[in-house]
Amino acid sequence: MLDTLLTALGNLFAAQHLMFLAVGVVIGMAIGILPGLGGIAGLSLLLPFLYGMNEVSALAMLVGLIAVINTSDTFTSVLMGIPGSSASQATVVDGFPLAQQGHAARALGAAFSASLLGGVFGALLLSVAVLVARPVILAFSSAEMFMLAVFGMSMVGVLAGASLAKGLAACGIGLVLGTIGPAPATGVERMHLGIDYLRDGLPLVVVALGLFAFPEIVDLLRLNRPIAKASKLGAGWMQGFCDTVRHWFIVLRCSGLGALVGAIPGLGGSVVDWIAYGHVVQTSRDKSKFGSGDIRGVVAPESANNACQGGALMPTLLFGVPGSGSMAIFLAGLVLLGIEPGPSMVGENLSLSYTVVWSLALANVIGAGLCLLLAGPIARLTLIPFTLIAPFMMVVITFAAFQARRDLSDLVLLLGVGLVGILLRRFGWPRPAVLIGFVLAPQAETYLYQAVQFYSWGFLARPGVLIILAITAVSVFLGSRSRVGEEGVVRGGAEAASAPHPGARRRGPQILFAAGAATLFAFAIVDGLRHSFLAAVFPVAVGAASLAAGGYVLWAVTGRRVDHPANQDQEVTGAHVGDPTVADPWTSVAWFAALFALAALLGYLLAVALFFLVFVRKRAGRSWPVTVAYTVAMLACVLLLGHALSLDFPRGLLQAYVDLPWPFN
Amino acid sequence: MRTIMHTSRRRLIKAAVAGALAASLPLAAHAADFRGKTIDFVIPFPVAGGSDVWARFYAPFMTKYLPGNPTVVVKNVPGGGSTRGANEFAERAKPDGLTILGTSGSTQFPYLLGDTRVRYEYKDWTPVLASPTGGVVFVNANLGVKSAADIAALRKAKLIYGSEGATSLSLVPMLAFRQLDLPVQYVFGMKARGGARLAFERGESNIDYQTSSAYLASVVPLVKAGKAVPLFSWGVLDASGKLARDPTFPDLPHVGEVIGAAGGKQSGLEWDTLMAFITAGFGAQKIVVLPKGTPKDIVAAYSQAFGKMQSDPQFAATKEKILGEYPQATGKDAETLYRVATQVSPASRYWVREHLVQNYGVKFE
Repeated sequence: MLDTLLTALGNLFAAQHLMFLAVGVVIGMAIGILPGLGGIAGLSLLLPFLYGMNEVSALAMLVGLIAVINTSDTFTSVLMGIPGSSASQATVVDGFPLAQQGHAARALGAAFSASLLGGVFGALLLSVAVLVARPVILAFSSAEMFMLAVFGMSMVGVLAGASLAKGLAACGIGLVLGTIGPAPATGVERMHLGIDYLRDGLPLVVVALGLFAFPEIVDLLRLNRPIAKASKLGAGWMQGFCDTVRHWFIVLRCSGLGALVGAIPGLGGSVVDWIAYGHVVQTSRDKSKFGSGDIRGVVAPESANNACQGGALMPTLLFGVPGSGSMAIFLAGLVLLGIEPGPSMVGENLSLSYTVVWSLALANVIGAGLCLLLAGPIARLTLIPFTLIAPFMMVVITFAAFQARRDLSDLVLLLGVGLVGILLRRFGWPRPAVLIGFVLAPQAETYLYQAVQFYSWGFLARPGVLIILAITAVSVFLGSRSRVGEEGVVRGGAEAASAPHPGARRRGPQILFAAGAATLFAFAIVDGLRHSFLAAVFPVAVGAASLAAGGYVLWAVTGRRVDHPANQDQEVTGAHVGDPTVADPWTSVAWFAALFALAALLGYLLAVALFFLVFVRKRAGRSWPVTVAYTVAMLACVLLLGHALSLDFPRGLLQAYVDLPWPFN
Repeated sequence: MRTIMHTSRRRLIKAAVAGALAASLPLAAHAADFRGKTIDFVIPFPVAGGSDVWARFYAPFMTKYLPGNPTVVVKNVPGGGSTRGANEFAERAKPDGLTILGTSGSTQFPYLLGDTRVRYEYKDWTPVLASPTGGVVFVNANLGVKSAADIAALRKAKLIYGSEGATSLSLVPMLAFRQLDLPVQYVFGMKARGGARLAFERGESNIDYQTSSAYLASVVPLVKAGKAVPLFSWGVLDASGKLARDPTFPDLPHVGEVIGAAGGKQSGLEWDTLMAFITAGFGAQKIVVLPKGTPKDIVAAYSQAFGKMQSDPQFAATKEKILGEYPQATGKDAETLYRVATQVSPASRYWVREHLVQNYGVKFE
């Protein structure tokens, strides 16, 4: 075994394989930095080139790409406040405030070193796991999987912010949105309103972009200033490394947690960062700075999301069952290479498994090193006024959203979820809770149904279930004592007193929003009752519980007690209120909407061209030559990306009537 | 009068022949050539997954063997259980050979079942390749059976099968188990066949099937370890269209043999229905089709390309891992297989729809 391990390392060190590893790392870094694009986009990019490649080279390239995405996505999260990929949303909470306070270097230093350690930890675990993980993964039956989904949801407790009821209702929004589409038990399509797009359910990519990236871009755009207040990264690199070393125990725990979440098929990498973040907040004694720049809030999710990949590779290699969307594509890559994953990966193909392990470790080291080297030039991007970055960001996330179904409806949904995201943020409904609910709804429903079918209700007495239940109870207990919201830490009981509340002034918008949420829950119940018991029981139960929480929130924001913590409105109490330079958020939303409308009319490329010309000229106020040069450069980027991904751009009405030459067709 | 008519008819024929010749001349002069062109290979499934891998395996060989060596790009258009991509192809693809579709059993099934989402018509399309595959049904060794001969013993057992859904490819085992009188409880919502296999390995389900490649990679080790027992295969269609043993598993009886041995008939409504869905799901699982009205020369170019690549040394060396040992049907063979795989009698359709509605709560809105 040891000699297989060493032979695999020796093989990998052939110049050719290392070169492919580096190719993977470089592509992965670029994909990670681009907001919204993650492992799925990156791996799809490489898939067409795999056929006929040498197995070791190809594995090195694929693993190199997967490994570094979660390292380089930190740039975007910390420097711009927009998640670079879905697995680094939590990094924004403390990383972005640190950057704004001039400690970007410290935050990045800590993030890269934590990523490095987490990634290597994941690789180490994988190297042992390929030999012993089979029985462990087999021990997680549908019953334990269901409990893990419940455990994931318990994190909502700690991420709920000032009002626990609001957190639960927010989670309910996610759960209800997650039940749209085919029911796991019967396949009957729920809550589709007769719209074909909704029959397949909502795509995660669009929901995550809408909840997190869209509101952030709108917000930065209206504040209208460079992203970084300070012009330098700061000199905190060493301090960042020391932070990671000082918090070695957090790194260790979160790496373990990340690898575990990754190893369970279906839990998925898009909530691993929130789970790690929730965990570190729960277990820290001094929580006063979380949400406003605590370095532990950076270290925890970054170590977890890199370790997650090592974990996710376990079921992929050992059972051929992918743990996440990107792993599904990795799996297809293996099959294209003629490697059939399964028990053979610890038998005759053991050396290939170790190639994966070594590539993972090496890529994490190289990735962290490259990020350090490139930090200077990349950070300079943040000095560019946001009005110039914004159109680029808008086009990139539109592009990323369109990857989901390659349907114009992707953009409509992005706009819709984006608006909801803005309102959630404004009224203090925790967006992570929505995402966690959304991701875990299908898991919870499928596994609950299967567990009851396989074991009947006796599944609740299985030892594994009881253990996870106990952990969940501890987590809920810790979470109920103190929580963290987007505005920082809150203390106190279920309904903690929040900082400035809007009082009785202008509560109309909030009341409307809470009423809207309650309507959604009621709709879930009404729609659910149309279906057979198996398809109805989950949405109806979730709808009823959420309606209780939502009803309470509605009561709280309409009631007499104006200092109730559920009463929040950023547009009344936020720091920017009364600042004449701050624009209305709706003008920024209108820009987005204009881009989508143009795309629907003219097709994507013409729309992007026109959008850039108008935006850069009018909104950013640049001269015509600059505007045109910038537009041409952006179009070239989009075309290149589209070509590499062999992607059709959205077609508009125009294309339906007129045959246009490439690339506008 | 007669002569006039005669001559005029002759003239007419002459003119028609001349016209046809004139019309065919430019075609003959420009036999299909895809030089500098890009061909969109539409796959109505997401990236990764069986059909995507199959298409990406074929793409480079299509470039090599199609006249003019066009670039072949796999375009994934998932959604609606593959009906969306197929609908879009039916509505948009021009008959110029630059857009082709790769369907799968999951595209054939909703069509055969009369799903309302289906707006495509297989009869409009021209098949140029059909890729068969096979599958093996196996049970947990703790049920005490040694082979399909002991199948009677299973009638008293508590059998549980993990299914992706009643209208998925798992419809085939559901129909087969019904004919064998096996009392199977179906647990739905499995994530693909891999998820069902994991449930089998955990002991949650105890009867399962896997397609050939997954069976060889992941179930054969379980059989060797004494944890699983194979019962029968889905078989393959021989030249006369009859069910025969799968050459990949020559020692295993096919489903027809087992039904016969259990006293069932290889005829009648239920048997015909099972056969229709076995062919649509496995016998011609993946099919490459050209749009309605594609000119003959383009069809011929594709047929020849798929035919020729079968003897390419590199194709032959690597095909087994992706396609298994099944002979790929091209030309006339593909057409024959295609016809069988995309047809079901109205009686069978009615019966299977009723069966699904009444026993599994499926809704055909």
